[in-house]
Amino acid sequence: MTILPAVSVRAAALGTVLFFAALCAASLSVGVSDLSTVDGTEALDTLLISRLPRTLAVILVGAGLAIAGLIMQTLARNRFVDPGIGGTEQSAAFGILLATLVWPAASILEKMVVATLTALAGTAAFLLLVRRLPPTQPYLMPLFGLIYGGVISAGVTFIAWQMDLLQYLDIWMNGDFSGVLRGRYELLWLAALLVALAWWFADALTIASLGKDASLGLGLDYERMVQAGLAAVALLSAMTVVVVGMIPFVGLIVPNLVSRLRGDNLRGSLPWVALGGAGLTLGCDVLGRLLRYPYEIPIGTILGTVGAALALWLLAERHERG
Amino acid sequence: MIEIEGVSLSHRGTPILHEVSLALPKGELTALIGPNGAGKSSLLSVVARLQPLQSGSVAVDGLPVDRTPSRELARMLTIMRQDTGFAGRLTVRELVGFGRFPHSRGRLTDEDRERIDEALALFDLTALAGRDLGTLSGGQRQRAFVAMAFCQGTDYLLLDEPLNNLDMMYARQMMRLLRKVVDRRGRTVVIVLHDINYAAAYADRIVAMKDGRIVAHGPPNDVLTVGRLEQLYGYRMQVHRIDGRTMIRHHD
Amino acid sequence: MNAAERRVWFAAGLALLCAATFMTLGLRGNFAFVLELRAVKLLALVQVAVAVAVSTVLLQTVTGNRILTPSIMGLDALYLLGQTVMVFLLGGLGFASVDPRMKFLCALLAMVGVAAAVFLPILRRQVPLFRMLLTGALLGILFRSLTSLVGRLIDPNDFAVLQGSGYANFSAVRGDLLALGLVLTAAGAAVAWRLRHVLDVVALGPAAAIALGIDWRRTVTGILTLVVTLVAVSTALVGPVVFLGLLVVALAERMTGTQRHAVLLPASALIAVAVLVGGQTVLQHGFGGAGTLGVIVEFVGGTLFLFLLATERGR
Repeated sequence: MTILPAVSVRAAALGTVLFFAALCAASLSVGVSDLSTVDGTEALDTLLISRLPRTLAVILVGAGLAIAGLIMQTLARNRFVDPGIGGTEQSAAFGILLATLVWPAASILEKMVVATLTALAGTAAFLLLVRRLPPTQPYLMPLFGLIYGGVISAGVTFIAWQMDLLQYLDIWMNGDFSGVLRGRYELLWLAALLVALAWWFADALTIASLGKDASLGLGLDYERMVQAGLAAVALLSAMTVVVVGMIPFVGLIVPNLVSRLRGDNLRGSLPWVALGGAGLTLGCDVLGRLLRYPYEIPIGTILGTVGAALALWLLAERHERG
Repeated sequence: MIEIEGVSLSHRGTPILHEVSLALPKGELTALIGPNGAGKSSLLSVVARLQPLQSGSVAVDGLPVDRTPSRELARMLTIMRQDTGFAGRLTVRELVGFGRFPHSRGRLTDEDRERIDEALALFDLTALAGRDLGTLSGGQRQRAFVAMAFCQGTDYLLLDEPLNNLDMMYARQMMRLLRKVVDRRGRTVVIVLHDINYAAAYADRIVAMKDGRIVAHGPPNDVLTVGRLEQLYGYRMQVHRIDGRTMIRHHD
Repeated sequence: MNAAERRVWFAAGLALLCAATFMTLGLRGNFAFVLELRAVKLLALVQVAVAVAVSTVLLQTVTGNRILTPSIMGLDALYLLGQTVMVFLLGGLGFASVDPRMKFLCALLAMVGVAAAVFLPILRRQVPLFRMLLTGALLGILFRSLTSLVGRLIDPNDFAVLQGSGYANFSAVRGDLLALGLVLTAAGAAVAWRLRHVLDVVALGPAAAIALGIDWRRTVTGILTLVVTLVAVSTALVGPVVFLGLLVVALAERMTGTQRHAVLLPASALIAVAVLVGGQTVLQHGFGGAGTLGVIVEFVGGTLFLFLLATERGR
């Protein structure tokens, strides 16, 4: 892959930061009630109870998913997977369904624990299955992952149908930030912790991306790394699905875009992956709020469109470059 | 007669053929030789209308290949290529029978069946006729595809590396068969070969290509000289004449 | 009659048996009324089965692989997108009152156009199998998300009506399109049958097919149009059906042991009828409830797809 010259990278970096700041401002100011017309305390209340929590939730989820995608791509050694392509998010939804059925009184935290466990199992199974695929076919793995996720979805839908839980299912399957209020998103701060941890271990992750043999040669405990990475991916996906529902493509698109701008040394690029994930998610969330104002279009729908288009572009572009 | 006039071809901006002009008379066995990437297969593809013509013209017996209906051409000219589709569940007889498609559109007549039997016998495939292609070895499958091209009964047979996967015995047998097809039945064969000794032994005419251009063109003894071969492949070979035949020692 | 043909007759018997059971099992009350109701439903199921099976065989032949269905390439999503976009553009002009057959034909035309623009280049360029599949899968997601996006733009509250569950519902078929669908399905199946020998040649791949005198570009365009039409029929009648085609074509091939279209086409269609009608009968009278057949078929078919992917060594 070609890495762009330093000047344009710096310009792109500055642009990204400025754009991100503008998005935050937009996210804080867009909403049904107009902050400039109501009086001071009410405006502050709206800001603190609804707008700020929502903006923070979007940023945390976006950054977390982008990092989860990065880790997953590293573990699978394939640039075209992410928690949505590989069954992690679908497995998490299965966990929430399970918790709701068996243990209806479960708190959001307890549901997240169950979802993390099923996401862990689903992702581990995916990684074990794709090991059997021929490594010469890079597009086979994402394809396998998409259908794998689809099969889990069909199973979840069938159970939900039988148990009359279809309307809940839609909440978990289609991500939406409109329900985020103060007191209902704080779980997501875990994502910040995990992103920081991932950065701490960035060198180890870079080495792990070279494969098992190279890792062992450099003295890295590869199996341990895989387990830790899996746990992080499962946790990030599970908390996202529990709090706001599935969000597609962030984990796929952002690491790929950052990789072509900044290369694959994660120590340098990982913060940009986090920032890019937050930016993309925030941009799509604001877009969803504006497109049919005063109604909202869920971010799952927006990102499904934007993300699929970007993924197609990545696929075509990658081929053009050989 | 195959007439190629000023044919150029490029793929995504990379030139493959440069202004190639060539006339191949009827009733001869012509071998296309040259290093990898010389444009031999591409030239065959253009003649057989697998690749659309970008510039220049190609005519077979006076008919332009880009404007003649595909069905009509299929009764005059056929091509056998390396990349064949997925045909795992076809028997050898079924595959060879497809050669009759341009004539009977899938409803086999008694004459078609005779032609199929003849082709099977000629290419030593009668014993394998009922086997699935997927169960054959590479060499057997190769012979089945050449038999299908033969069964099509066209005057012109274009074969892209038909000796691939064949052992020496079958490679020799294939070349002798093609020779027979030319000598006894007056058919025209154009064949891409990698082993220049087979070209020397069996071809009436050799066309040497490099970098999308024709470097030399003529009878084997004229083309296969030390200088030409070095120009083509980039190293010196020893050219011997034994009993009036050309033999090239191209290895150390 | 050879072994493969005998097995086609066996599949025909099986399909017939399923149809008879579907019509007669647990018959009560007003016979004439119930029978008529069931006959209409049966007709719809048979149509969907034939459309799905034939379109899948055609698409697999033209793309040269046996692990593909029109829905994996996003074609059903394209139909839904066409419908939704029309509602969006014409919503204010009393679109709801337009004849559904008119709407269907308009969506079909739009779909043929878009499919030709998007998929013909992919087919012409001979893109490697897995890249083509992934491109198709992503296009499918794009079309589905766009459908949902346009749907929300039309009516942010009442969107559920348009969307449904995303799975085919075989117990609530659209009656108003039945006659038109019947004509199109029958015509499509007839054309495919007439082309059966040509299809055998097309399956050999472009180089061999052109050498045998097929006009590749025209043939591929024609086959794709046929596929799109049949997919539109089945999607309009019951909704998206992703893996049914994969399932029945794989079964038909296993059962008859041949890829000759004279056998494969009828065998796949008959097995599809048996699976749909038989499955619906079992679910209606046994466990599970009538609405879930679509989900079950997707689950089983998707698992089969994963198996085929893992065993296909990517030629």
